[in-house]
Amino acid sequence: MSEKTIFELSSPGRQGVRFPAPDVTPAELPDESLIRADLPLPELAEVDVIRHFTALSKLNYCVDSGLYPLGSCTMKYNPRINEDMARLPGFAFTHPLQPIETIQGSLALMFQMQEWLKEISGFEGVTLEPAAGAQGELVGVLIIRAYHQSRGDTKRTKILIPDSAHGTNPATSAMSGFEVLPVPSDARGNVDLEALKAVCDDTLAGLMLTNPNTLGLFDEHVLELIDIVHKAGGLVYGDGANLNAIMGVVRPGDLGIDVMHFNLHKTFSTPHGGGGPGSGPVGVAKHLVDFLPDPVVGIIEDATEEMPPLYGFVTPAKTIGRIKSFAGHFGVIVRAYTYVLMHGAEGLRDISEMAVLNANYLLSKIRHAYTLPYNRTCMHEFVLEGVWPDVADVHALDIAKRLMDYDYHPPTNYFPLIVHEALMIEPTETESKQTLDAFAETLLKIAEEAHTTPELLKEAPHKTPIGRVDEVRAARDLVLCCWIPEEPVK
Amino acid sequence: MNIPAELKFTKTDEWVKVEGNIATIGVSDFAQEQLSDVVFVEIVPGVGETVKAGGAAATLESVKAAADVNLPVSGKVTAVNAALADKPETVNTDPYGAAWMLKIELSNPAEVAALMDAAAYEAFCKERGH
Repeated sequence: MSEKTIFELSSPGRQGVRFPAPDVTPAELPDESLIRADLPLPELAEVDVIRHFTALSKLNYCVDSGLYPLGSCTMKYNPRINEDMARLPGFAFTHPLQPIETIQGSLALMFQMQEWLKEISGFEGVTLEPAAGAQGELVGVLIIRAYHQSRGDTKRTKILIPDSAHGTNPATSAMSGFEVLPVPSDARGNVDLEALKAVCDDTLAGLMLTNPNTLGLFDEHVLELIDIVHKAGGLVYGDGANLNAIMGVVRPGDLGIDVMHFNLHKTFSTPHGGGGPGSGPVGVAKHLVDFLPDPVVGIIEDATEEMPPLYGFVTPAKTIGRIKSFAGHFGVIVRAYTYVLMHGAEGLRDISEMAVLNANYLLSKIRHAYTLPYNRTCMHEFVLEGVWPDVADVHALDIAKRLMDYDYHPPTNYFPLIVHEALMIEPTETESKQTLDAFAETLLKIAEEAHTTPELLKEAPHKTPIGRVDEVRAARDLVLCCWIPEEPVK
Repeated sequence: MNIPAELKFTKTDEWVKVEGNIATIGVSDFAQEQLSDVVFVEIVPGVGETVKAGGAAATLESVKAAADVNLPVSGKVTAVNAALADKPETVNTDPYGAAWMLKIELSNPAEVAALMDAAAYEAFCKERGH
């Protein structure tokens, strides 16, 4: 890589800041053995520090640089107005321990966001607390556990996970103490209903459904599927990571899903992927409202003719307890609130329709050159097989790496596991026809290169600061420390 | 693809070799090829443990995926291949030899009879197309 590390740029004695001479009596140093002279702190001028980090930032790829078709992640553009609103002093300079009377604006915003998410999803209650999607999942499954336990129904120890579900679902279930049982997909990419029926019994706690699933397909038997689980006494968890495909069109609560998380950092355009913390609110149907984490935002004194309502924190009756400090990632909630307000109900529906249209448009431009294992109209994303029967030794990974040479972020690869050499592509609604056309042309060009000059793919990327990294060695020979002292620390 | 004739196989790509009352188990060549380079192996049960078919035998991680290895048979674990943890790549280079995972004293030999023989397993792999 061309840019040296900040340690290599260090020059002994160089300083960025000069302190004035002390005008007070110097204090005694504490125990000298606590001062670590061996730390190789870099010594640079301010300008060199700025240039170093500016150079590094230019090596970064982000959604502000170009298309980021990372399937399952909904890497849509993050509107700048979200940032403006989150920086309003009334939001930015509040503290969660302030008396509630002094943060009524923030609480009103949270209350309204809960209401909007309820309306969007068809649920009866929402918590904004979970830090991100994975914690939202955990909260959802803990609520399922608490629900069964509250009824004395303690034999329900099993959670079913379709093999087209998100990879975090089995981890969430296992972490909540459940036994995890996979359910296969049928030939059209739906949950195999016969296989599902065979494992539904009175030990069933629930099923975690990703719909649309990780193939980008809407389950054609979703109502029947939910009914089967409910009849066995189980609850259905909805993985809301793919909400961007159905917002304003289908409400998960109306389908009969009992509990679902939202990813504000996917569907609601808040920063994502190293750009900021996520936020994973959870919505629940009526019978689960009492189990929501503590606290939710509610109205604690009704409005009168003279006074608006007083918002405050409320503890649900059978709460699973507190799961996050304070009130979740408030700054992220402000951004998502702004997004909802900017689009309105019709606009949110347009978003999903455009996301699905964009994915299908892109797919239609390239499907003749790639293998589409589940040949259906897709939702917001689609999954290709990144191999050709007439090309030896070119894999999905090579296609992903070659895309970097054309200045695109690679799509998700090798997930979902049910597709051989998977390439999972999600363009999102924020990309124009011109951007999609250019990306499709690149994918077609890479398909041609695979047939004519496969080494271009196998050795890619060629134009990045670092070439092909050795992922196997990186995983086998872990170096978990960036700096190892040359001499033992005293 | 290598499918030794003397072994039995499961639908989840484990192999079983029976010698007397002892079953040795591991994962097939097909499985290692699907996983690509294996970078981590953790064997679940310890020596002396009584295990049931269908339970967890091991966890494998490759650069592409993590996968569970299931126990194809029930019985008492008599040996564990501890060396595999330090040399996970053995699963790729010698899946039927040095990459054996567990030896189990069979408590229900009938379970072995229910497994696929090499010809049936070969057909099963072909059916899956890759």
